Amino acid sequence: MGTCPKQTGAGLTSSTLLLLLVAITVTGFFLGRRRAVALAGAGGGIRSLHSLPGHYGLFAAIWAGIPAVLMIFLWQSLESSVVTDLVIRDLPAEIRSLPDARVGLFMNDVKNLVAGNIISDELTPEIRQAADHLERLTLLSGWARTILAAALAGLGLVLAWRLIRPELRARNRVESVVKGFLIACSTIAIFTTVGIVFSVLFESARFFKSVPITEFLFGLEWSPQIAIRADQVGSSGAFGAVPLFAGTMLIALIAMLVAAPIGLMTAVYLAEYAPRQFRSVAKPLLEILAGIPTVVYGFFAALVVAPEIRGLGESLGLSVASESALAAGLVMGIMIIPFVSSLSDDVINAVPQAMRDGALALGATKSETVKQVVFPAALPGIVGGLLLAVSRAIGETMIVVMAAGLAANLTANPLEAVTTVTVQIVTLLVGDQEFDSPKTLAAFALGLILFVFTLALNAIALRVVKKYREQYE
Amino acid sequence: MNKIGDPGAAGRPISADQAMARVNASLRKRYGAERRFRVYGIASVTVGLAFLALMMISIVGKGYSAFQQTYVDLDIYFDPEVIDPDGLRDQESLMRANYNTLIKDSLLFLFPEASGRRDRRALGALISNSAAFDLQDMVITDPLLIGQTRRVSVLASADADMLNKGKISRTVPESERRVSDQQIAWLETLRDRGRFEKRFNTSFFTHGDSRDPELSGIWGATKGSFYMLLITLALSFPVGIGAAIYLEEFAPKNPVTDFIEININNLAAVPSIVFGLLGLGVFLNFFSMPRSAPMVGGLVLTLMTLPTIIISARASLKSVPPSIREAALGMGASQMQSTFHHVLPLAMPGMLTGTIIGMARALGETAPLLMIGMVAFIVDIPQGLFDPSTALPVQIYLWADAPERAFVERTSAAIMVLLGFLVLMNLSAIILRKRYERRW
Amino acid sequence: MEANPMTQDIRPEITPEPPAPREAASAAMSEARSAEVPDTTFGVIEHPDPIINCRDVNVFYGDKQAVFDVNLDIGRHQVISMIGPSGCGKSTFLRCLNRMNDTIDIARVTGTIELDGQNIYDPKIDVVPLRARVGMVFQKPNPFPKSIYDNVAYGPRIHGLAKDKVELDEIVRTSLERAGLLGEVKDRLDQPGTGLSGGQQQRLCIARAIAVSPDVILMDEPCSALDPIATAKIEDLIDELRENYTICIVTHSMQQAARVSQRTAYFHLGYLVEVGETDKIFTNPTHKLTEDYITGRFG
Repeated sequence: MGTCPKQTGAGLTSSTLLLLLVAITVTGFFLGRRRAVALAGAGGGIRSLHSLPGHYGLFAAIWAGIPAVLMIFLWQSLESSVVTDLVIRDLPAEIRSLPDARVGLFMNDVKNLVAGNIISDELTPEIRQAADHLERLTLLSGWARTILAAALAGLGLVLAWRLIRPELRARNRVESVVKGFLIACSTIAIFTTVGIVFSVLFESARFFKSVPITEFLFGLEWSPQIAIRADQVGSSGAFGAVPLFAGTMLIALIAMLVAAPIGLMTAVYLAEYAPRQFRSVAKPLLEILAGIPTVVYGFFAALVVAPEIRGLGESLGLSVASESALAAGLVMGIMIIPFVSSLSDDVINAVPQAMRDGALALGATKSETVKQVVFPAALPGIVGGLLLAVSRAIGETMIVVMAAGLAANLTANPLEAVTTVTVQIVTLLVGDQEFDSPKTLAAFALGLILFVFTLALNAIALRVVKKYREQYE
Repeated sequence: MNKIGDPGAAGRPISADQAMARVNASLRKRYGAERRFRVYGIASVTVGLAFLALMMISIVGKGYSAFQQTYVDLDIYFDPEVIDPDGLRDQESLMRANYNTLIKDSLLFLFPEASGRRDRRALGALISNSAAFDLQDMVITDPLLIGQTRRVSVLASADADMLNKGKISRTVPESERRVSDQQIAWLETLRDRGRFEKRFNTSFFTHGDSRDPELSGIWGATKGSFYMLLITLALSFPVGIGAAIYLEEFAPKNPVTDFIEININNLAAVPSIVFGLLGLGVFLNFFSMPRSAPMVGGLVLTLMTLPTIIISARASLKSVPPSIREAALGMGASQMQSTFHHVLPLAMPGMLTGTIIGMARALGETAPLLMIGMVAFIVDIPQGLFDPSTALPVQIYLWADAPERAFVERTSAAIMVLLGFLVLMNLSAIILRKRYERRW
Repeated sequence: MEANPMTQDIRPEITPEPPAPREAASAAMSEARSAEVPDTTFGVIEHPDPIINCRDVNVFYGDKQAVFDVNLDIGRHQVISMIGPSGCGKSTFLRCLNRMNDTIDIARVTGTIELDGQNIYDPKIDVVPLRARVGMVFQKPNPFPKSIYDNVAYGPRIHGLAKDKVELDEIVRTSLERAGLLGEVKDRLDQPGTGLSGGQQQRLCIARAIAVSPDVILMDEPCSALDPIATAKIEDLIDELRENYTICIVTHSMQQAARVSQRTAYFHLGYLVEVGETDKIFTNPTHKLTEDYITGRFG
C-alpha cells in the first residue's frame, strides 16, 4: 500500500504534497530575506533593519509553511470519518436502518472493495454503488486538499511579503512562534495523560453499564470466556476481578521478596564495600539486567526457570504447576534488582558523609554504620524506591504473559498457577475481538484499575523521594 | 574499677580502662556481624551476575545453532515426464509442474524400501516445502536442465535439521516426538553418505515469518521495528527536546508548569501496557488508523519514551552552568538566541545519549504493541509505514509460543540479534557520553 | 624515608610512590614560600608525658602529598591546637590520629603514630577500639537523625559499654552533663537531635564522643559553623574537659587557640613549622612564617 495512496485518493499523495510545501517554504525563506535586504538597501543598509535578514526569511517561511501543514493534518484526521459519513448518508434506506454494527460491516466491505481487497459478503449492487460513491468522494477530497494547501501556502507567502518592512520585529515574531512550538511540545504530556484517561475511562464506563462495578471489584469469580454474546452477560459471564488482583499481588510480592533484599544489599555492597575495580565492572554488568527486554525474561522464565522449579518441587514431593507464580515472580524479581539497587544507590549516596563519619569516629564498624545510621537516614528514600518497584512489578506484562497462567485462581500458594491483571488485558484484547462485547470492554476496566493503582503508587513514591531529597539539600 | 557515674571515675561516664575492656569484649561478636553483612552483599551481587550469566549462556547455547541450516544433497532427475509431459517448454507449464515429485523420486531412489503411501509421505517430510520452488526456479531459468540429472542441495525440513543438530533425543518414546524411528534411520543413512551439509542460514536474515520453522526469518520483524523506531525518533527527539527546553529555560513557575511536570514524572512510571490501551482506544478506535501498522506502533512508542527523553534532556540542560546563559544575555542576545546558540549545543551530547537510551527501551518494548494488533502472523516484508507488520520483540514472543521444537532455537537467535542491536545502541550512548562529557 | 624501618604503608593496594623530595614538594607552591619552610620543626616537639607520639608522618591523596614528615608529641590531659592557613594539612593530620583517613579511598599514610606506645598504623591494630579511645568532633555538627538520647547512647550501645538500661541511662545523663547540655535537653531526650540549635547540636556531638569514654578527643574546627555565643560555650566546655581528656583542636581562629590551648602547632603547606607553649607561640614566635601568620600578614 505504500503510504496508502488508496486512502488519499487523487490529487497529490501526502508525501508529494508535503514535499511541495517544503519547497514553497524554502522559497519563502529566500524571498523574505531578499526582500528585507532590498528594503534595507533603499534606506541605510542592513543596520536599518530591526532584525537580521535571516529572521525576515524565517518570518516569510513560517507564514508560507505552517498554516498549510496544519490544514493538511486537520484534513487528514477528519477526512476518513467525514467521507464515510457522507457515503452512509446516501446509502439506501434499508441499509441505513440496520443496526450500527451491521452498517459498520457493510462499510468495511465497501472500503475493502475500493482498496481492491477481498470482501466478506457477496458483491451486491449496493456495495458496488457505495464503493463508487466512496471513490468519487475520496478523489474529490484529494484534489480539494491539494488545491487548498497550495493556496494557503501561496497566500501566506504573499501576506508575509507585504508585511515585511525594516521596522517589522521579525525576530520577535519568529521567536514567539518557536516558543509556541516549545509550549506545544511540553503540553503533550498532558494530552497523553488525558488520552489515557479518556480511552480507559470511556470504555470502562460502558463496561460498568453491563457489569456492576461492585461485582467487578469484589466478585470472586473471573471467567470472561463464558460471555460470548452481549445478551448473555450478567447471567452467566463472571467478571469478578478479585482473583486477578490477588494473583497480581502474589507475583509482585514474590518479585519484591527477591528484589528488595538483593537489590538493597547489592547497592550497599557496591557503594560501601566493593573495591573500585570490582565496582567498575559489576555495576555496568548489573545494569545490563535492566536493559534486557522483558520479553527475553519471559522466554527465559517459561523455558528454563519454570521447568527447573517444577523439577525441583517434584523431587521434593511437591506438586508445582508448570506456570507457577513462583517462576514468574522469581524472574520478575531478578528483573527489578537493578531498578531497586540503582534507586537505593541514589538515596544511600545522598546520606551525607558527615553522618557516616560521625558513626565511624565513635568506633562503629562499617556494617553498624550502614545498618544503624545510613539505613534509618535513607529509609524514606528507600521506601519510595521500593514503592516504584512495586508499581513496576504490578504493571509488568511480558514476563507474566509468557510464564504465568491464564486461568483465574484465587490462591496464596506460590506453587500454583495464577493469572494477573496484565495477562488478562492481553488475552482479552489479542486475537479476534468481538467489538463492544463486555469481554473486550473488561480489558479497559482492568486497564483503568491498573492505571489508577500505579498512578497512586507513583505519586506517593515520588513525593516521598522528593521530600527525602529536600531533607539533605 | 570505678562504678558507673562515680565521681571517682575522674568525671567520666565510665573509666577508660573499664570502657576498653568492654569494647574489647564486644569485638568478636561485632566482627562476626560485619563479616556476615559483607557476605550478604557479595551473595546479592553474585545472584544478579550469576542470573545474567545463566540467561546469556542458556540463550546463546540454545540459539547459536540457528545461524546454520541443514541442506541435503539429492541427485535430482529433471524428469521430462513430470515437468513437461507435453513437451511445450512454455513458462506456464513449467510453472504448473509438480516439482515435489522430483524430490520424492530422488529420495525413493535412495530408499527403495519406502513404498507405502505413509512411508513416502514420511520421506517427503524430510525436505522443506520450499525445495520444490527452488527446483522450479532452476528449471525456469534454465529449461535445458530438463532430462538431466543434477546433484542439487535442497533445504532440509525443520525436523531433519533438528535431528542433524542433535536436538532430538532418541530416548524419548517414538510416539512423543515428531520424527519417527524410520525417519531417523533414513536421515542417518543420508548423513553417513555425506549428503548432509550445514550452511550459514541466510534466510533467517532475509525472510519474514513462516509456519515452517526452516523458512522463517526476522527480516520482516526487523524492518517493522526499524520503521517504528524511525517514527519514534522523528517525533520524540524534537518534541522531547522542545518540551525540555521550554520547561527548563522558559517556563514560568506556575500551577500549569507544575501540572506538566507532575504529568511527565508520572507518565515515566505508567506501565507500558497502558500506553497500548491508549493506542487502541485513541489511534485505532477513535482516529481509525490501520491495525498492525508501524505508524501506530511508532506513535505509541513515542508517547511512551517521551517522558524519559524529556527528563534526561532536562538533566543535561540543567548541567549547563548559568554563567553561559548570563554571558550570552549580557551580549544582548535574546533568551531564544542564548538558548539555541549556546545552551542547546552544550547540552546536546547529553540529550543524544538520553535519546539513544530511550530508543533502546522502545526497541525492546513488547506489551503495548500487542494491544494495537502488531502480534498478527505476517509473512510479507512491510514496505511502508502503513503496511501490516510486526516487531522484533513481538516476533520473539510469537515464536516463543510456537509449539515446534525448531522455533526454540530461532527464538533464541532472534533474542541474540535483538540484544545485539541493544548493545550497539547502548555502546554508542556510552561512547558519546565518554567523548563529549564535560565537567563544569 | 625508605630507610626508616618503622615506615609502613597502610593501604597496600595502592602502589606506594617514592615521596616527593621536599624541594619539589608542589609546583603550585611558589618557590619563595617553599624555601621558607624549615627543614626541621622549630620549637619543642617533645612532651614530658605524651599520650601520642607522631614520627615522620606523611599523608598522600593519590599522587599529591598533603602532609610532610610531621614529628609531634601530644601531651596527656592537655589541649593542643593546630593552626595555619587553609589547606595547610592540619585537618588531614588530625584525621590521621584516629585513622579517619581510612575512609578516603585514595588516602595513604606513612610513618608512625603511637598511642601510649603502640603504633596505631600497625596492621594488627583494630580501628574499632582505636576510635573508641580516640573520639572525634567534626566541623559541622552531624547528629544522627535519631533522638537526643539515641544519639548519645549510640556509642555505648555498639560497644556494649552498658550492662543494662540503668547503666545506659546513667552514661547518657553523665555525658550530657559533662557536655553542658543536660539542663537544656533533659525534658526532651526523645526528640530528634537534628531539632536542636547549631551550638546545641555540636555539644550533643561532644556528648556523643564522651559517652564512649575516650582518652583523646579530636576536634576539627568545632566552632566554625557556630555563632559567638555558642562558640564561647564550647570553648568553656573544652577547658573543663581538659581535666579528664586529651584534646586536639584544629582551628582557624588564633584567638580561640590562644584561649583554649596549652600548646600550639603551626602548620604551613603541609609542614609542621613550629610547635610550642601557646604563650610562647603567640608572644614570641621563632619562625618567620609563624610570626607572619599570627600577626595577620596572611592566612
